[in-house]
Amino acid sequence: MINRLRTTNSVILLMGLFLIAIIIAPFIAPFDPNQVNMANRLKPVSLEHFLGTDHLGRDVFSRILAGAQTTVGTSFLVLAISLLLGVPIGLVSGYIGGRLDRILMRVVDAFMAFPDYIAAIILSGLLGPGIFNLIFAIVMVKWVGYARLARSTVLTEKQKDYILIAKVNGVGSMNILRRHMIPHVLGNVMVLATLDAGKIILMIASLSYIGLGAQPPTPEWGAMLNEAKAFFYNAPHLMLIPGLAIMVIVLIFNLFGDYLRDYYDVKNQNGGR
Amino acid sequence: MSTAGLEVLVSKNITKQYSSGQIAVDQVSLVIKKDECLGIVGESGSGKSTLARCLLALEKVDQGEIWFKNKALHTASKEDLRSIRRGVQAVFQNPAASLNPKLKIIDSLMEPLDFQKIIQPAFLIGTRHQREKTAEHLLEMVELPSKYLTCYPHELSGGEKQRVTIARAISIEPSLIILDEPTASLDVSVQAKILNLLKDLQQHLGVSYLFISHDLAAVNFMSDRIMVMKQGQIVDQFSKYDLFSVKRNPYTKELLHVFEG
Repeated sequence: MINRLRTTNSVILLMGLFLIAIIIAPFIAPFDPNQVNMANRLKPVSLEHFLGTDHLGRDVFSRILAGAQTTVGTSFLVLAISLLLGVPIGLVSGYIGGRLDRILMRVVDAFMAFPDYIAAIILSGLLGPGIFNLIFAIVMVKWVGYARLARSTVLTEKQKDYILIAKVNGVGSMNILRRHMIPHVLGNVMVLATLDAGKIILMIASLSYIGLGAQPPTPEWGAMLNEAKAFFYNAPHLMLIPGLAIMVIVLIFNLFGDYLRDYYDVKNQNGGR
Repeated sequence: MSTAGLEVLVSKNITKQYSSGQIAVDQVSLVIKKDECLGIVGESGSGKSTLARCLLALEKVDQGEIWFKNKALHTASKEDLRSIRRGVQAVFQNPAASLNPKLKIIDSLMEPLDFQKIIQPAFLIGTRHQREKTAEHLLEMVELPSKYLTCYPHELSGGEKQRVTIARAISIEPSLIILDEPTASLDVSVQAKILNLLKDLQQHLGVSYLFISHDLAAVNFMSDRIMVMKQGQIVDQFSKYDLFSVKRNPYTKELLHVFEG
């Protein structure tokens, strides 16, 4: 099954379907995700409510759809900011080298010294609960990975003869970065980013689960898990469904990351260009 | 120093020491004249490649002078260096590393001309401003089909890649090409073809070569004069016709012996 999912087309198809679902989520949701109906609480799966209702009678299917926007939208935002921060720092650090490189890399080391989750929990705990503080906290632990990767790619490529020849040919530093470095860096970084997307989704959901991320009534998968845990015996679907959603989305992102890694490997005739 | 202008490259007592303290190039003086091929032979680790990098101003020399067509390379500013280098090109040992794997052959091949619009090589008159035609012409000069222009480097064999780097090196009609072990990573039959190609191109274009190799036979085939390098120093130099002379340095005889034996 997993092997079949790995084939290029089905991975792209899954990713495409998923992205479309996120975009059109508000239009296909049968109910308002925040509409409370106490008379209709903790209902199991039915035709009216595909995935049942939660402890406040809200439609779980609509909340899952809306939660996809929160969770995945937030993780994309985190990724985008981390890339914009980490990649240029890594590029400059690796290419210029010397004292600047040493200073920047000590900063990176300092950030890396903390385990991801601990640092994110401390930061968002200090800043207070809320989605923007959560984004800030996760960016602070994630950008360093991109800086490191961009730097190490630049260091590898810098040694290659074609860079020496470009220098002999009078190609300036900016053009060497643009022509020779950035394509290599972006290839590696995109793969890491896609593989990271799954982890970031997990992190957002985890922090929201312990109450540091999205606040009720915002629909968010981790927060939904948190709200549902009190009703686990009566209505297990309330935990199973957001849990499954998280699992499936992380799987899709990981498969897509594998696919991208093959794609960016030019030598791979099947997936390459 | 005889009549100025005939010498393309002159180095005087250049010394390069690594930060580890090891002296890679020790007091090397050499002269490369117009249309000539100077060979440098030495074992690996003898400082040949470091010498090449110093002469290309990719590494700063610690001592000594380098003059390219009577312009000082060792003291040149960034701008001066750019203009001086318009007359120098290089071909390195590993053709796979000399081409960016993510660029099409045409983009790697045209890099020198794309980035130095000023240059107007005589053999490209008429096609200089038609990028594709220029590129096709260059490939033709190294006996490669023009269909390779849209390929990526991994689609070519090692010998074909080296031909591309040679085409790139001649594209700006340089006065000097530094060939640092250009055939070392190729198999024997391809080596011979590349050497013949280099020799033909030299006659055709009137370019000077600095041919660096550990292979005395290849150096002897290519060069007019030969220098023998050992532990960073030039221990022997002679015209190729004097290779078997009794006056040769014991180390040169030792190298010769390897080939005869």
